[in-house]
Amino acid sequence: MENDTIAAIATAMGESSIAIIRVSGTDAVTLVDHIYQGKNKLSTVATHTVHYGHIIDPTTKEKIDEVLVTVMLAPRTFTRENVVEISCHGGLVAVEQTLGLLMSTGIRLAEPGEFTKRAFLNGRIDLSQAEAVIDLIRAKTDKAAKIAIRQSEGKLSHHIRALRSEIVETLAHLAVNVDYPEYDADVLTSQYVVDRCMSIKKDIDKLLRTAKQGKILREGIATAIIGRPNVGKSSLMNALTQENKAIVTDIPGTTRDVIEEYVNVRGIPLKLLDTAGIRETEDVVEQIGVKRSEEALQNADLVLLVLNHSEALQKEDMRLIEKSKAYPTIFVINKTDLPRQIDYEEIKKYIGDRPMISLSVKAEQGLTQLEETIKTMFFSGQVDMNDQTYVSNARHIRLLEQAKASIMEVMNGIELGVPLDMAEIDMKNAWQLLGEVIGEAVAEDLIDQIFSQFCLGK
Amino acid sequence: MSYHASTYDVVVIGAGHAGCEAALAAARMGCQTLLLTLSLDTIAYMPCNPSIGGPAKGHVVRELDALGGEMGKNIDKTHIQMRMLNTGKGPAVYALRAQADKVLYQREMKKVLEEEPNLTLHQNMVEKLLIQDGVCKGVITRTGAEYHAETVVLTTGTYLRGKIIIGDLQYESGPNNQQPSVNLALHLQELGFNMVRFKTGTPPRINSRTIDTSKMEIQPGDEEPRAFSFETTEYITDQLPCWLTYTNEKTHQYIQDNLHRAPMYSGKIEGRGPRYCPSIEDKIVRFADKNRHQIFIEPEGRETLEMYVQGLSTSLPEDVQQDILRTIDGLEKAEMVRTGYAIEYDAIVPTQLWPSLETKLVPGLFTAGQINGTSGYEEAAAQGIMAGINAARKVQGKEPVILDRSEAYIGVLIDDLVTKGTNEPYRLLTSRAEYRLLLRHDNADLRLTDKGYDIGLIKEERYGRFVAKRDAIEKEIARLRKTKLTPNAEVQAQLAVLGTSEINNVMELANLIKRPELSYQDIMKLSPPPEKLSEEVMEQVEIQLKYEGYIQKSLQQVEKMKRMEEKRIPHWVDYTKVSGLSSESREKLQQVQPVSLGQASRISGVNPADISILMIYIEQGGRTA
Ligand SMILES: Cc1cc2nc3c(=O)[nH]c(=O)nc-3n(C[C@H](O)[C@H](O)[C@H](O)COP(=O)(O)OP(=O)(O)OC[C@H]3O[C@@H](n4cnc5c(N)ncnc54)[C@H](O)[C@@H]3O)c2cc1C
Ligand SMILES: Nc1nc2c(ncn2[C@@H]2O[C@H](COP(=O)(O)OP(=O)(O)O)[C@@H](O)[C@H]2O)c(=O)[nH]1
Repeated sequence: MENDTIAAIATAMGESSIAIIRVSGTDAVTLVDHIYQGKNKLSTVATHTVHYGHIIDPTTKEKIDEVLVTVMLAPRTFTRENVVEISCHGGLVAVEQTLGLLMSTGIRLAEPGEFTKRAFLNGRIDLSQAEAVIDLIRAKTDKAAKIAIRQSEGKLSHHIRALRSEIVETLAHLAVNVDYPEYDADVLTSQYVVDRCMSIKKDIDKLLRTAKQGKILREGIATAIIGRPNVGKSSLMNALTQENKAIVTDIPGTTRDVIEEYVNVRGIPLKLLDTAGIRETEDVVEQIGVKRSEEALQNADLVLLVLNHSEALQKEDMRLIEKSKAYPTIFVINKTDLPRQIDYEEIKKYIGDRPMISLSVKAEQGLTQLEETIKTMFFSGQVDMNDQTYVSNARHIRLLEQAKASIMEVMNGIELGVPLDMAEIDMKNAWQLLGEVIGEAVAEDLIDQIFSQFCLGK
Repeated sequence: MSYHASTYDVVVIGAGHAGCEAALAAARMGCQTLLLTLSLDTIAYMPCNPSIGGPAKGHVVRELDALGGEMGKNIDKTHIQMRMLNTGKGPAVYALRAQADKVLYQREMKKVLEEEPNLTLHQNMVEKLLIQDGVCKGVITRTGAEYHAETVVLTTGTYLRGKIIIGDLQYESGPNNQQPSVNLALHLQELGFNMVRFKTGTPPRINSRTIDTSKMEIQPGDEEPRAFSFETTEYITDQLPCWLTYTNEKTHQYIQDNLHRAPMYSGKIEGRGPRYCPSIEDKIVRFADKNRHQIFIEPEGRETLEMYVQGLSTSLPEDVQQDILRTIDGLEKAEMVRTGYAIEYDAIVPTQLWPSLETKLVPGLFTAGQINGTSGYEEAAAQGIMAGINAARKVQGKEPVILDRSEAYIGVLIDDLVTKGTNEPYRLLTSRAEYRLLLRHDNADLRLTDKGYDIGLIKEERYGRFVAKRDAIEKEIARLRKTKLTPNAEVQAQLAVLGTSEINNVMELANLIKRPELSYQDIMKLSPPPEKLSEEVMEQVEIQLKYEGYIQKSLQQVEKMKRMEEKRIPHWVDYTKVSGLSSESREKLQQVQPVSLGQASRISGVNPADISILMIYIEQGGRTA
């Protein structure tokens, strides 16, 4: 069926920060060969064998990572297609770069659930599992969509929108010159288009630089700090940010009522979501507080549920504990410097053997343990910073590079004397690629632009 | 009381641009065809601008001709001038446009219809469709005649519940005071069709005796002979000019002062008008900073002094229209012979159609033209021929013919309509086509003549000529690929004469021609072809080689699209049973009922995950079925 070659991250980062990238499709082996250097070319090795080597950037010859590569030829594979699995050791950055290089060979990033879909369509997964496969695709897509929405409010999207509107204005102008040759709009000159392209290219370059430093695009494990008012959420957040140098980020806060901070806890990027932005009195607030917590929960990869050591468990606490069941959670019992009122036996009854840390923010006791616990959960794979996050980073870089290439094509074409309306095809391409970064690629936009920018008609 | 009048294979309702092509196609494919229309005096009538062609639209006329349609031939016989537009740009956007002699155009088309052996022409108003077991089996006219048929093609343009609006004045009417079609419109609603109300408009006409062309710029036709049809061999040399003038501050002020009398701004118009042909009052409100607008004065024909005032479409009251005209340079004394107006009408929501243009609701009923929410003579004719072809093929028990987006602007047009629908009268634009470079004016015959021949609308003799042309192109391209220049003194000298730089290595002529400063004529000087080639062949060789890189890029994209297009969605798919679809896409899919995954993916709101889910559902059903 579809036999183009796709790639995705197959496992979360492990203790030794190993991640596996899985590649599947007819050309999987030959394409990976383009960026792999080892004793043998992968296209010459036997099926179901493992090889040691390096991922190399074919243009700069730079070594990106030391890897183990498993080659599995169709049909005895998960997808029944040729499959290559690359175990990367170099941490997040190496994984991202490797994915980016794979894409530059023409490999496409897998859609959510696509490996499973292929396995199914190729008869590897039983017919009776169709429902499950559909559920998986749906779930993964919804998760990806959620991330896309988060990102679409960010700064990158803002830059890209500005770039796109610059391009679409030029496109509309070119289109008007073509579709309404007698209309008295200025006829765009090649020089004008080249100038625009230069400026667009410069902007894309700037975005690419930031993207590669991982500044704008890097998200982080969305960590929601939840709990009743006054249990010490803000204090905990402050403690974590003061202790750990906050990560400089260009992503502006996205949710008005939730405060976000980026911190690096033992090498793991965390995006802390504090829900305690609001302080009022009486019962109403209790409810508001709980409601905000619940909202923060929806986007969380990890939850820190704060309880008060110096008060007995309350109804709201129970409700939050109940809610937290669906998320990787660490229970934080704060204010151990005060006399104990809380019943640990009771808590245990509700949370079982999920991690619990007692600490005092005020007395600065127990924070180290909390950080240790976060790290362990991450490397044991219990917390899975959504693959989509770093995948989308690699994908964005790839799209930006492609868009830049298209813009250069426009300039090349013009230099070679190609008519503007043909060079425009590449410009439209750039516009669409940029649209893919932020999930907008509707051609109707162009037509809207034409008629709002120019006064045409009979 | 109704009576059984007679039985045909195909009945076409409406002899506008869509209906004429539909009826001719069906008749020429061997179907006994009846064409019913309100008035035999308004066959192929142009209610608005007397012109055919232009970017995208002109491409469509060429495509129509390659399929065996009539519009190109008819305008070649009846124009007052022709111009090739965009000649300063790339070959993909060259576009031919003709000014028509309106009356002559109608007369010619009428004669062609009358002479067509399998075609019967009859003046009558259809009020109802004959439906048996949910299937369309014919029509009933106002006079009570029942015509039975296997298939019916409905092409009633802007007539359905038509309403003319001029200032405060409103009355039920078809275009240009023709009778409106009210009962038929109500009947379609009763049948359960989802209808929308659209609007369009037309400018006033003036008497050329009362205008001063010395204050205007002349717009002559091209001196070089031009033709739409690949078969035309005789050219009209005696052409009439058009004229260009402009509105000015006075015009704009005058319109501003009278805006309160514009029905558009007093809320009298409910129909949705197209953005691309705004009325003059609309232009002045929306583009207030523009201090002048172009006005083209175009003759309506050779035997009349009536002139069309392009750029001044309006529904302002009559007295305002007359005064506006007089503010314009050269029109100070212009006499208005017809008043401009807006017209509102019902159209069918086109997502109710299959890509064959057969309605999903009533099998056997096809619709084409402005009734499907489009605007424009060419767009109408394009749908007309496809509906006619498919109505005839249905009678003959054959699969419908569907053009895809990489084959023809006609394919783009119909796919857009049936897949995305439209919320304003739809007009073709070159930017609607993804593969513009493949859909050129010059290669319409190469794209579609095979199809026209298979369908039976291109005769043996024409096809033979076409095949010879195609062979000659291929042979010459192959020769230029084989012929190599060696960098020796003699060759370098020849290149210098042609004004191009030396070559460093052995180079094929097919590569040399890619240099912007060289044309096929130059290459011919370096190495003449063994036999003399026609102009068209040389043109093709040059375009295909010169822009090969870009053409290849487009072809690769087409490859990808085709793969999705080939994945058909079987009839048993029940979207209500596909779990996991988002509710928006479920609803859209149910409505559009796409025939392929490719079409499904173009529906707005249907995302890649929905397509994946659909694939799995189909695969599962395929295995159990
Ligand atoms: C005022 C006006 C302004 C326009 N302006 C523009 C423009 O600026 N640009 C543009 O591209 N296009 C414009 N158009 C549109 C263009 O004229 C149409 O798109 C085109 O003519 C449609 O062709 P058609 O074959 O679908 O319908 P039409 O050409 O309208 O033909 C319909 C035919 O159906 C017949 N008919 C109707 N009802 C019945 C019935 N019940 N029984 C039998 N016969 C019937 C009529 O007699 C007529 O022959 C305008 C149209 C109008 C009316
Ligand atoms: N004694 C004690 N007080 C604390 C501790 N942590 C926070 N507090 C106090 O508890 C109150 C509420 O803390 P805050 O962080 O605003 O709680 P939030 O509403 O959950 O964000 C403040 O007065 C803090 O100073 C702690 O560990 N021990």
